Amino acid sequence: MDRRAFLRKPASALTAPAAVPAGPLVPQTDPPGETLSPYANKTLPVLPRTNAGLAAYAGPWGTAQAAHLLRRCLFGPTRAQLAAAASSTLSQVLTTLLTAPATPAPPVNVSATDTSVAIGQTWVTQAFDQNFEGVRRSALRAWWLGQLLQGSTLQGKMWLFWHNHFVVELADINDARYGYHYAELLRGQALGNVKQLCKDVTVAPAMLRYLNGNQSTATAPNENYGRELLELFTVGKGPLIGTGNYTNYTEADVQAAAKVLTGWRDNATTIAGYYTASRHDTTVKQFSGAFQNQAIPNGGDQEYKTLVDMIFGQAETARHLVRKLYRWFVYYVIDATTEQNIIQPLATQLQQNGYNIGPVLRTLLASEHFFDAVNVGCYIKSPLDFSLGLLRQLEVAQPTSANVAQQYAVWDYFNGLTNLQQQYLGDPPNVAGWPAYWQTPQFNELWINAVTLPRRTQVSDALLTSTGVTRSGFQLIVDPVAWAQSLPAATAQDPNLLIQAFVDVLMPFALTTSQLAYLNDTLLPGLPDFEWTDEWNQYLAAPTNTAKKNAVATKLRALLKAMLSQAEYQLS
Amino acid sequence: MKRREFIQTAAAGAVLPVLLNGFPVAAYGQENAVLAALVNTSIQTDRVLVLVQLNGGNDGLNMVIPLDQYSGLMTARPDIAIPQAQVLPLTTLTGLHPAMTGVKSLYDNGKIGVVQSVGYPNPNFSHFRATDIWTSASDSNVTWNTGWAGRYLDGEFPGFPTGYPSTQNPDPLAITVGSVVSNCVQGPAVNMGMAIASTSSFYQLLTGTVDTAPNTPAGHELTFIRQVVQQTQVYTTAIQRAARAASNLSPMWPTAGQNALADQLKIVAQLIAGGLQTRIYCVNLGGFDTHALQVPATGSTATGTHATLLGKVSQAVEAFQDDLRRLGVQDRVVGLTFSEFGRRIKANSGKGTDHGAAAPLLVFGTSVNPRIHGQNVQVPANAGVNDNVPMQYDFRSVYASILQDWFSVPAATLSALFGRAFPYVPVLRAGVATGTTAAADVNVPNFSVYPNPVRERATITFDADGGHVQVLLFDGTGREISRLADRALPRGPQQLPLDATALAAGTYYCHVQEGSRLSTRLVVVE
Repeated sequence: MDRRAFLRKPASALTAPAAVPAGPLVPQTDPPGETLSPYANKTLPVLPRTNAGLAAYAGPWGTAQAAHLLRRCLFGPTRAQLAAAASSTLSQVLTTLLTAPATPAPPVNVSATDTSVAIGQTWVTQAFDQNFEGVRRSALRAWWLGQLLQGSTLQGKMWLFWHNHFVVELADINDARYGYHYAELLRGQALGNVKQLCKDVTVAPAMLRYLNGNQSTATAPNENYGRELLELFTVGKGPLIGTGNYTNYTEADVQAAAKVLTGWRDNATTIAGYYTASRHDTTVKQFSGAFQNQAIPNGGDQEYKTLVDMIFGQAETARHLVRKLYRWFVYYVIDATTEQNIIQPLATQLQQNGYNIGPVLRTLLASEHFFDAVNVGCYIKSPLDFSLGLLRQLEVAQPTSANVAQQYAVWDYFNGLTNLQQQYLGDPPNVAGWPAYWQTPQFNELWINAVTLPRRTQVSDALLTSTGVTRSGFQLIVDPVAWAQSLPAATAQDPNLLIQAFVDVLMPFALTTSQLAYLNDTLLPGLPDFEWTDEWNQYLAAPTNTAKKNAVATKLRALLKAMLSQAEYQLS
Repeated sequence: MKRREFIQTAAAGAVLPVLLNGFPVAAYGQENAVLAALVNTSIQTDRVLVLVQLNGGNDGLNMVIPLDQYSGLMTARPDIAIPQAQVLPLTTLTGLHPAMTGVKSLYDNGKIGVVQSVGYPNPNFSHFRATDIWTSASDSNVTWNTGWAGRYLDGEFPGFPTGYPSTQNPDPLAITVGSVVSNCVQGPAVNMGMAIASTSSFYQLLTGTVDTAPNTPAGHELTFIRQVVQQTQVYTTAIQRAARAASNLSPMWPTAGQNALADQLKIVAQLIAGGLQTRIYCVNLGGFDTHALQVPATGSTATGTHATLLGKVSQAVEAFQDDLRRLGVQDRVVGLTFSEFGRRIKANSGKGTDHGAAAPLLVFGTSVNPRIHGQNVQVPANAGVNDNVPMQYDFRSVYASILQDWFSVPAATLSALFGRAFPYVPVLRAGVATGTTAAADVNVPNFSVYPNPVRERATITFDADGGHVQVLLFDGTGREISRLADRALPRGPQQLPLDATALAAGTYYCHVQEGSRLSTRLVVVE
């Protein structure tokens, strides 16, 4: 498939001039109205950055610092997670975050349409059947979102990172079993070794199908995968410095890489990539000066590994990956100081340790740079950050695996909502991933416009009604009374401490005095503080009295609605 | 207080249309909204209703003062009662707090009506719950999630917000100015009101500016999102157009920041005069929860916290009426004040008053019936700590009567909006109303309870007019003790037995209402 026509690829942030005009993006679905806010960046913002480097952060460690770290590493840390982190050390927290959890059970069938297995049984090893593909794909997507929702380590964020990096679109590959294989590959190496992951992805059936590797033969090599491998997945495209020369690779390198990768196909029975010697180009593949003029002789079914090793031997590959990690965890502006103090040393670490991601993340997330005040609260939440964070931080009760139909229905519902917000798990808009992570100069600001912002608010408003949202008989609803009741009694009964407790969890940084006064007035319209204490204690004294419970619930919902409709809530 | 600097950045919140609390989803589809717009089913009107909420529970006994009850008043609240000589008389029997010179002047000019002792059976003393009752118009023991004015607007504009704003309805259906998003206009799916959270956010809306954020990456993104938030306020253009079309004219408006209610009403006057088709405006003033020192620790009881609050109400309403007159729109506007409850008859030891029951409300505008509805509060000779002002008028009577007279809402619709029919109160002038009869005699003739004090049995006598009659007995706290009649009675003299054998000794109120006629008698059981 040729996706050149509608792609706008990321260029190296530093070196490429803003040559790509900020034209309208091509959305996956066509929302009515604008897709790019008129208020989004016209040029990259020039803002105070920091000279702080990668030295270990040794400043204060408390709720605010723990919250900054966990907000960037989880899909919305809960109050309990924040408290636990604040009472540990930074090092302990990072160790926990970087420990990969056990392998989850695979997605299961939740539809009567799929007759291959019973409800509740997995279909991932069953034969392909186009009639079942739709419900299996939905189940996979739901399962994936469910894993992200339930996760409590960095694996989830990195899983999504690799999905956004080594992109596959489930709708294109049209085989949910391949999709599961691909998702598991990414999950398994999410905190692991990116060079190994790149090798595995190269011959994964999903990728072979997605980027036409399965059609690439010695007589007709298909350049699609070879091109994306260089342009997007590894060294990245630099400035055009000669005909067909993108600094970090050339058109001839694309062709040589394509030849290396000839002979691979996907097998729908074994759900694996496989090599056919007769389709493989056995000539010597000559690479350009960008790769020190290396030549790769015929290596049969191992040859692709030599290619990946050669590419990962380039420092620019490490820099390209580290810049993406930086934009994923810190901020999208990488100025010259940051390039020198952060990107370069992290890239060196990555390359020197053989491309193990965990230690590099640890260096970045433990650094003075990461905890510098300029990097707090500047990250616009992605739709998944926003939606999953809402469920997690407001502790919306979820169905359990005892009722998989309900569980998957709820996850499926949230896939629908994040899709409307322009992020559909399993189907990034194209091979470059979501443009919020590469489209300069708007970057994260692409998530927010006059169409998508109200769609976010609709989700939070819905969960904050007195009836919530019901899916497959399960009620999704924020219970603000239970939330407040889980606080220490002295906090819950003091309106200002109570508001601060919500702020600590929900807001990316401290609010101003006037903002806090506004929130107080939302909770207690025109009333003195002691009236909250009075009403709250009246409820506690008669917790089964519906009227008393409703009295405080109504006010807490109004408070939360006011908080969640603030611009601050969109930031992390 | 300079609050709300960031409120105008609150995201415009349209709720998913699946969230109709117990209302039939099918009735709210987009097709229906389009259809409704095409056939223009809503009643065309340029009339405006302004709801002034006094948050905290206003001490009605110090606002509308029963001049014939001074002995009881001075016994019950000697520390806080207003010196009789300073009361601004409205009639020979009833007067106003001396801080309310503006309201007094409006009354004298026929622009104020006073409704005595408005409440509901079985009053709730929780601010939150009582506010929910007043804004939802539910019974005391029932929880409704929609506001009374929201239900009215939802009936007029089905399907909102889908398809709005439109050519037919370009303007907000309701506007809330102030920090509290009024639940009065909460509809079944969404709040029907556009929230302008502060006067400063209103002026930001006009100029397209947002709050200043720090020059940091976080501040950069915050400003970006705030700009999008402002952009998503679909009524910005309509508000700007209206604000450009008219300017406030009254010299009576106080300096901005001095009187929050006046600042809000000033915006309302400008928008009405600017041609905004918005029907309902909600404004509010807080601080009425005067448990302690509602009067100064030393000095005149006619000054202090409560006097300042009532002075603001008076000043704001007077300036509002003056502005509306100068702007030539005064005949299109009526307003009313309400508070979640009144306060206890007896003052507490801290020169304050605790949560109470019924209280007077003010109706203002050129179209109001400029008189005092109902009787003075009857203050017991020795009010106890828990004695409350009993209701004479159910607040839903006032709401329903205004909807009927002002917005021509038919009786069947009123019953649906409020769950049942409530007696009519002629708070608007006859002639203003569409298709209603003139105000009848306000008193129930020949009403007495005899003997009184009651030992075991008494007889309630009155003349009925042939309509539906309610005879209710409340205790001193406002709790409904018994419903002696709630049915149609034949025209002519009536006698009902009152069995007091099961009643504890104390003060009770017997309340008889037939249509617009209403009388209350204090009954003492020995």
